[in-house]
Amino acid sequence: MSGKQTIERLQKRFGDQLTHVEPAAIDPWVEVSPSSLVEVCRYLRDAEELRLNYCNSISVVDYCDPNAKPGGKSAWEPHLEVVYHLSSIQYKTTFVVKVMLPRWKDDVQGMLPEVPSVSGVWSTADWHEREAYDLSGVWFTGHPNLERILCPEDWVGHPLRKDYEMPLEYHGIRGR
Amino acid sequence: MATAPTSGIVEIDVRTDEMLVNMGPQHPSTHGVLRLVLRTDGEVVSEATPHIGYLHRCAEKIGENLTPRQWIPYTDRMDYLAGMNMNLGWALTVEKLLNYDLPEKARHLRVIIAELNRIASHLVGMGTYGLDLGTFSPFLYAFREREKILDLLEDACGARLTYSYITVGGATADLPPGWVQKLSGFLDQFEPVILDYHALLTTNAIFIKRTAGIGLLTPEMAIDYGCSGPVLRGSGVDYDLRRDGDPRYTSLYADYAFEVIVEKNGSYPRDHDYPPVPSEAILGDCWHRFYVRMLEVIQAIALIRQGIEKYSQATGDWGTPIKLSTKLPKGEAYLETECPRGQMGFYIVSDGTGPIPLRARARSSCFSNLSVAPQLCRGCLIADVPAIVGSLDIVMGEIDR
Repeated sequence: MSGKQTIERLQKRFGDQLTHVEPAAIDPWVEVSPSSLVEVCRYLRDAEELRLNYCNSISVVDYCDPNAKPGGKSAWEPHLEVVYHLSSIQYKTTFVVKVMLPRWKDDVQGMLPEVPSVSGVWSTADWHEREAYDLSGVWFTGHPNLERILCPEDWVGHPLRKDYEMPLEYHGIRGR
Repeated sequence: MATAPTSGIVEIDVRTDEMLVNMGPQHPSTHGVLRLVLRTDGEVVSEATPHIGYLHRCAEKIGENLTPRQWIPYTDRMDYLAGMNMNLGWALTVEKLLNYDLPEKARHLRVIIAELNRIASHLVGMGTYGLDLGTFSPFLYAFREREKILDLLEDACGARLTYSYITVGGATADLPPGWVQKLSGFLDQFEPVILDYHALLTTNAIFIKRTAGIGLLTPEMAIDYGCSGPVLRGSGVDYDLRRDGDPRYTSLYADYAFEVIVEKNGSYPRDHDYPPVPSEAILGDCWHRFYVRMLEVIQAIALIRQGIEKYSQATGDWGTPIKLSTKLPKGEAYLETECPRGQMGFYIVSDGTGPIPLRARARSSCFSNLSVAPQLCRGCLIADVPAIVGSLDIVMGEIDR
């Protein structure tokens, strides 16, 4: 089933829960709200003719320009995108699901935005979500063991955020 | 002291205190810096926890500050044993975003180079796996042949490990004159040698004992954990991106005849005199993962032979590398390629403001392959841990971001 057909099917099944669709993109994608993410993912995995049972990657894109002038024009509002790239082993198809999040929960600096974990749908999401949490600072609620995976446990900050600043010192080791 | 077992099966009835054993970070069998924390009860591992990230090199962060072509050298430092395949993955991803069509000659050049590097990588995987299990000579034999491949790749691009040869828009240069003949000569010499490796490892009684029936990975589990490459196919899942992947990638292999190496109805595609599957081996164990790798070497030779013929006949250019200042269009593209260790996915996001992408992401195969290791190690013996981790053929540089 092509990306376009998958989108049509999802629209029929979920209707308003899909907040945005982009069938004309290079890799067609849908945007879902965080609250309906797990339900949509479970459907994508289990539905006949879809069977997107292979989770390739979970990436976070940080839309933020730390050097932007105040009041300057930017093509986008600052936000985070969690992107799920899925594949079907059986039908050899791919599909993309996205979730849009604010950069900080309730706009409070330092409060990580939350999205439900899909590690119950695909086991591989376990490590991918830990990586996304570690490097990009997204909190996956319901994850069995959400700890840093690549950085040390006591590391401060999330390196792949655009406004991340390298710490000056870590355990007596000089940074920068 | 308990009485000697009469059934002939040695029971593991020695109960000891639970113990935490650190394996690595630089244990010879961890192939890089991987620390495994094992919770053991006597010889039996009850829990294995991999700790990764000791190499943190910020590859993705650097990718957000360089143009796609400048990032090429960083991609081959990820999987340093198969740099060409990594170059290819990133180059194809950027070409997908740019909607760039490759000339015919560049296409065949890429197939030859990528498959040649696949052989080199599998030779290391094979040799070091022997090393993990305590045998040294296959390692030397494998590296002897690998050196010849590295000589060929050096002739083509000038480097032996960090290539940056395949680039966005084709390759940085054409193959040097006389190179193709040299390559054919090497293939003719190399093909019969593979049977020696089978004699040394695949049919070796000790090797079979150490790998057959160990570290069983069911097909469902392999898919659920996102395993890929020989690990996935060793579990009997018929999935190879060279055939099933993105059209941009499969079009490279469009007119090539090849078969995906996977067990079908109890046997592998039979086109060569390689040894049969031993009766002890169970689909999805370490032995099958190793075997799939070995057969892929033979497959790669056949692909290179076809590539040589097509490359020699192809007319036109070997491609023009894009300029560093080429502005990226607004959009995003994701593409996966079949690297020797499995599916390597690259994701590029551009906001259309310049030549530097907003996000450059690498999804590595070893990252997912290793995540299944705690499951495989549960209940095995300590001596089996190197066999299981080695059979996943991980390169830690790829797990790092």
